Parts: sequence; structure tokens; C-alpha cells
Amino acid sequence: MKTTDLAVIGAGPAGMGAALAARKHGVKDIIILERADKAGGILPQCIHNGFGLHRFREELTGPEYALRFLKAAEKEHIEIKLNSMAIEITPDLTVVAMSRENGVVRYRAKAIVLAMGCRERTRGAIQIPGARPAGVITAGTAQRFVNIEGYMPGKEIVILGSGDVGLIMARRLTLEGAAVKAVCEIMPQSGGLRRNISQCLNDFNIPLLLNTTVNEIHGRERVSGVTIARVDEKFRPVSGTELYIPCDTLMLSVGLIPENELSRAAGVELAENGGAKADRYMRTNVPGIFACGNVVHVHDLVDYVTDESEEAGKNAAYYILGRKTGGKGYTFHQKTPETDEALAVNERRLTCIVCPVGCNMIVRLDEKGGVADVSGNKCKKGGYYAIEEFTAPRRVLTSTVPYEFNRETGFAPVKTKGAMPKKLLIAAMGEIAKIRLNKPAGAGDVIIRDLLGTGADVVLTDDLPL
Amino acid sequence: MTYTAIIIGGGVVGALTARALAKYSCSVLLVEKNSDVAAGSSKANSGVAHAGFDAAPGSNKAVYNVLGSRVMESVCEELDVHYKRNGSMVLAFSEDETAELRALLRQGTENGVGGLSIISGSEARALEPALSGEVKSALLAETGGILCPYSLAANAAECAALNGAAIIRGAEAADIRKEGGCFTVAAALGTFKGKYVINAAGLYADKISRAAGDDSIHITPRRGEYMLFDKKLGGLVSHTIFQTPHKVLGKGVLVTPTVDGNLLIGPNALNLDDGGASETTLAGQTAIWELASKSVPCIKRSGLITSFAGLRAVADEDDFIIGWSKAVPGLLNAAGIQSPGLTASPAIAEYLAGLIVEAEGGLGLNPSFNPCLEKRPAIPELSEADLNALIEKNAAYGNIVCRCETVSEGHISEAIRRDCGAVDIDGVKRRTRAGMGRCQGGFCMPRVLEILARETGRPFTEMTKKGDGSYILSGKR
Repeated sequence: MKTTDLAVIGAGPAGMGAALAARKHGVKDIIILERADKAGGILPQCIHNGFGLHRFREELTGPEYALRFLKAAEKEHIEIKLNSMAIEITPDLTVVAMSRENGVVRYRAKAIVLAMGCRERTRGAIQIPGARPAGVITAGTAQRFVNIEGYMPGKEIVILGSGDVGLIMARRLTLEGAAVKAVCEIMPQSGGLRRNISQCLNDFNIPLLLNTTVNEIHGRERVSGVTIARVDEKFRPVSGTELYIPCDTLMLSVGLIPENELSRAAGVELAENGGAKADRYMRTNVPGIFACGNVVHVHDLVDYVTDESEEAGKNAAYYILGRKTGGKGYTFHQKTPETDEALAVNERRLTCIVCPVGCNMIVRLDEKGGVADVSGNKCKKGGYYAIEEFTAPRRVLTSTVPYEFNRETGFAPVKTKGAMPKKLLIAAMGEIAKIRLNKPAGAGDVIIRDLLGTGADVVLTDDLPL
Repeated sequence: MTYTAIIIGGGVVGALTARALAKYSCSVLLVEKNSDVAAGSSKANSGVAHAGFDAAPGSNKAVYNVLGSRVMESVCEELDVHYKRNGSMVLAFSEDETAELRALLRQGTENGVGGLSIISGSEARALEPALSGEVKSALLAETGGILCPYSLAANAAECAALNGAAIIRGAEAADIRKEGGCFTVAAALGTFKGKYVINAAGLYADKISRAAGDDSIHITPRRGEYMLFDKKLGGLVSHTIFQTPHKVLGKGVLVTPTVDGNLLIGPNALNLDDGGASETTLAGQTAIWELASKSVPCIKRSGLITSFAGLRAVADEDDFIIGWSKAVPGLLNAAGIQSPGLTASPAIAEYLAGLIVEAEGGLGLNPSFNPCLEKRPAIPELSEADLNALIEKNAAYGNIVCRCETVSEGHISEAIRRDCGAVDIDGVKRRTRAGMGRCQGGFCMPRVLEILARETGRPFTEMTKKGDGSYILSGKR
């Protein structure tokens, strides 16, 4: 039995945020248990940008967001035990972990922060009828294959569910040469951020079919197609609306569920969403066990996860140090409902992609098709974006490049530093595909200068292993 | 070479027959059309060892069910297959059904089943608090059990292989000829000669017997759909709960814990003309849900992990067809092995092996035959000390790949390396449970694929879910 003041389960943004906050509030002995071989949770495979606008007032990719916390943790000498799977937590604050190096190890902690994140809902959970061939894959698993392993899950893809991961993957797979035939959403509106619908679907003319579901999966060995159908108000498929779409892959983005096995084993009460039930100080019902991030409820933005985890880390520190819990605690971010009003003939709707707020702007055009005025934007940047979008639209491009040196191989995430013309995205992918890295490099290092004469450099967004 | 016997089909019957024959000094070849054994009816069924009161006295079903039920526990122990004698209950919801239960009890007693009794509705609810208040009485069968059916087939095949049987997978028997007292079986991967052919081809047993020259068998695939629930619901019932059998639908929809701790409901029954169509349907899922809810009204649908369908091979005779073909000497049929085929399989295997021995005028014993497989406990079955000892020897046992079922890299590598081991993702799943949990492989599948590629020395893009055509990745980026 080892002892520690604070044991944090998971080195994703929630776990790292909580550990850093606990350190800031005076906890010396902290250990983070991480099952993967790399810290960052899901962020290393989220190579796209859009993270950190609230937190850092700049737009980061997933690996860059994770790197900030990882560097801070290194600076604070917070120990992250990689390849260590917590397999059990007991209500007396013992964590049982397993690893290659140390076998089964028990840690007795003064406090525990649950930060295991969430997992994806599966085909089984939503009961799509039909055959059971290969080629049905969740969006997160597909994202890992493409961005971390460098493989394509399929060539012709139908996506069920318009969650953000699915939308992001629709764009990513399209840029990698796959044909995304449609995104079906059973609800009357998408569950994803508006800017993702705009940038990931509209940019590539991928149809979003609302009130539509996949009714049947076809194919014996590999998916050969799906039957989609419209649904009624009770989400039942409407007979006569079926449409067969040939494809080799059905990708699912049908929701995320908080991980709760360890929470349950620890005696933590679960909320209706299946996540650990936590109060505004991120305390669970078990004294000394705190929870934060997607293990509590699934967040739209990692920035909110960070806010929440800092509250959890601070209160865990107070608990360990015998200080009284206080302050106003943490308020959950509520989504504001998005409604659309009717448009005039010379008006166009435009979702701002400058930040995750995704302002719903109305752009009024003049006779020549130029922009007469813009409304609905909450900041000036949105106005400029609208004008640019109707004259010369620009995007930040993210992808990965292979590296091989010192017997280390893998894929490193990259992005264009600043936006580049949208019409050059595919050509830019071709340029990036030529790159092979063969020596150590770090986040921010330029790997292509002035991509296709656009003025935008391509830079690494993560450190390569040394 | 000429094998003593060529077995066609690597389900429970074929695999256990190969093992039964491996006890003797004879040469055995098992050919399986799928990429792996245990990939047909043996992989998708109720996983129930029936007590033996359902079938009419004197029928093959009755005889072999009761014999199989008696030996199942020891066979599972030998083959390191999870088995539990949990007992079963047949529910009656009316006086008429109670009368039918009495008839079932008489039939069971005549079949030689012990431990049968009729209990009242309140006694049944005392044993199973989740049962419906509408239950009027129940037939309790103490000898009913549950087991892992695909482990039984896969481990029996492995045991047969360890004892000298040849097992070739991905080899569909296309043509069977008999010349000069010897069969020639042309399969996808070669042509093989054998003195006897044992037809254990499940849904395709009629095709195989016809190919050999025996037209007497006709098989109808009967599809049954199931719903499998999270382990947190696994304790909802402890017995296997049946309803009073229906004259047309047979044993009907059951509610049972699985031996691995999940909750399983199903199957319905639909006759098909296509032996490969194991689809699930909205109608089927709704039907089994409603029927199961009649027995146990409080099954939370949110606990659903997956749905699947299995196909039973139903012969026109509605009984097992076991024995020598009348038309083709030397052809031994094991056809129409639908429920209670899993329970009966060890007894059928012994019977078939006995017929071969008899036809050969007796066979010497294989002196090195070992009926047992080495025990390979999963992580949840190991004490902390034993687990640490295992990790000390091989660090890969400390690397958890499937978190839902706590399966290590070491366990997965071993399942691939063992005799007749896993060759694809589903094969790993059946042998280790990696991917069987609530996330259904979302987390572990890429890692299992990586281990499979490494162990087999083949590229990622050649890794499949279940053999040819079922590739996981379409190519490199």
C-alpha cells in the first residue's frame, strides 16, 4: 500500500486541471493515474482547432491545449503515472491501479478526484437493426484511427448523429479523401455547435438530414449500405420514407456518456445522466471524493471542463488541508437555445466561426452581391468575418504528418498558423501529405513556410517524442 | 494421408467430436468454413444448459439433452469454460399453464431429469423477487445451468488440436466424393481424404449431406433475436426464467443471467430461407422485449449493451438427426442440432466418436490424450497476489486493454498464440471478452487490432472483424 494526499484518476484536461489547482492551494503529494501512454485524455486525437477561446483568449488545437497543462504539471513536478489503469476505488479512498511496470498497486489517498471522462454511445445502445458487419464505428474510434494511427476507417461514409465529434470527423475524413454521403440526425436540430455545422458540413456540401435516422444496416462481412428513414415526432421511422444509401462505413456520433464504473464502485451516487453527482464544490456524496469534467456531465467545451476541474482541485485541497469549503462554487454552463427568425430575399444567415459562441448573424447583401451590413454578431471580429466570408472565405487547416526517427514512428498534429483561403484547403492537404519528419521537433516549429503562397505557415501543434 | 475421420463444422458438436475422437489412436481433421471455430450457431444462442424436461420422451433431443446436462459441468471444468448450475424456472400465468407445468414435470421425470418441483407464485417470487406479480406457479428445475457457448466450441477445438487433431479454418467443404471406401473432401484450402465424414455443418448440414450423396436431410434456419444487458443488471434474476412453452414457438422468450454476469433476453423464432441472414429487426426486438417484460417487468432498457440474432438449424423431423447416413456408408450425420443442442453436444460427440470406434472394430487409446486445458483465469478471477505473480513473469498482463471487462494485453496475446487461437477481432472477443462490455470495443478495438497485427506479423489493413471481406480499415491515409 502506497499513500498519497491526492489521487487523480485520469490525466485529461479535467485531471490535470484539478491536480494543478490542488497544488496551487497547497497540496504537495499528488499522483495522477493515466491509463494511456500519453497525458491529455482525448485531446491528443482532437487535432482540430477551437479550444481555449474562453480560457486563453486564443484558438488552440486539442494537442496544444493539453500541452499547456502538461507543461504546467511538469513545472510543478506533479507525477503523472502513465499506462496505469485504475481498476477499483473503494469508499475508504483506496485506489487500486494496474500497470506493466508495477503490477497491482494500492494507493491510500486523503482525497480523490474522479476525472475519467466519458465514452461513446454504441450501436448496441441505440439498437440499430440489421446485419452485424465490420464497418460500424464510433466517431471517436475513427478519429483515433485517422489521427493517431494514420489509417482510414472507410471510403464511403454515412454518419448517424450530428454530435461535434461526428461533425469534426466528417470534415477530417473528407479532407483525407473519403466521401461523406450524409449526416443523419434523428432530432429536429443538430446537437453539435453551429460553427461545426458551418465549417465541417456546409464547407464541403455534406447534407445534414434532420428528423432522419438509420433504419437498417446492410452487409454480411463489411457494411454495404444503410437504409435511412424520416422519423415521426416519437422518433419512429415513417414507412415509405426509406432511402437506401450504398456505403462501406456507418460512423456513429450518437452521444457521450460519463464513465461511471469506478464512481459506482466507490459508492458515489450517480445523477440521472449516469455521471457522478457533484455539488457546486464538485463534491460527491462520498467524503473526500470529488469529480470534474465529463465524468460528471458531458461538456460542450474543454474550457468549461478546466473551470470545473479547478473548483474540484481547490476543494480537494481544502478537504485535505482541513480547511472549510467556501466561496460561490462552480455554476454549470447552460446552453442557450438557438432560434432562427425568417429572412428577407437579400439576407443570408451566417454562423460565426471565430469563436465557439457561434453567433447567428444575418448578412444583408447589396445589389452586386457585396455585403451591405451585418447583424447578430456580438463582437467586431464577427462583422469582419462575415465580410470576408462573402468575399474571400478563409479557414484554419489542421492535419497530421508522419514522423520517424530514433525508432519512434507516429503521426504529429499540425495546423496552419492563421487562416488560409478556403478554396485551397484540398491543395494544401496535398502539400502537407508530402511532409515526412525525421528529427525531433516541438510544438510551434514551422514545417512548411508560406503554404502555397498563402502567407500561412504550417506548424507542429505537439512535441514529438525525443 | 487419409484421415480416419473428417469433421465438417467447427461448432460445439464438431469441435467436441474432434476432441472425443482424439482420445483414440486415429487421425482427425476438422474443416470449418468460417475464419474461426465457434462462428455459427454456437456463438449466438441462449448459453443455457437445459435440464431436459422439454423434449418428448424417447426423442434424440430428450436422450442427449439429459445425458449432456449430466456431463456439462465436468466437460466445462476440463475445458476451462465458465459454467454455473443456476437452476431454471418455467413460469405459469394461468391455471391452464400450471396444468401444462405438471405435464412438463411428468415428462421431465420420464426423461430422467431429477430435481424438478412445482412451486407457487409467491415461492417463485421469494426466490426471484424481480418476477412479475402475475406469476401463478413455476416449474423449478435445479439441474438447469448456464455456460459460455462459444468458449465451449473454441476450447474443445483447441483441446482437440493439442491432442493431435488437425483443424483448418477458412476451408469451406465444396465437394465430397466417395471412391473405393474413402471420402475426398474438396475444401477451399485443399483436398483431403478421409475414411469417414462427420457432418456437423449446422445450418449447412443438408448441403453437406447432399454433396456427399444423401438427400434425406432438410434444414430450415430459424432466427432468434436477443438483447444483452449491462452487468449491472446481471443480478436481476439468478435462475434462467422461461415461460410455459408454446406449441408453435417452442420454449419461448427467456430471461437469464449469463455465466459472465450479463442479463440476456430472447429469443423469438422466425423461419428463414437464407442461412446467413442473422439480422436483428425492430419488430423482433420489440417482440422479445414485450415477452420478457411479462416475466420480469423491471428490465431497464437503458442498460442495453447490444442486440444480436442467432440461427438455429431446424430439421424437418424436428429432432436431432444423429447417426450413419442410410444412403452413404461412412457418412455420419449430426444434423438439426437446434435447442437443446448446446446442452446435448458433449453427449452427441461421445456417441458419434463411439460409432466411429465401433465401425473400426475398436480403436486403441491415444496414450498422451489430455482432456483438460490449462486454466487461464481472467483478471477478475485472479487474486491480487496471483495477478502480480503473472505480471512479474510477463509485464503484458499488467497492461489493461479492455477496461470494461478488465482484459490485459497478455491475455489477448495468449488467446492469439494458443492452438487454434484467435485470428480476428471477434475471435479475440470470444476468447478473452475484450470488446464484450458496455463500450462494445469502442476503446479497445484499435488496441486489439494492433496486438493482432503484431502477433500475426501482418499489416493493420489485413486485420478483420470476422474473416475475409470484413476488414476494419480501408487503407492507409
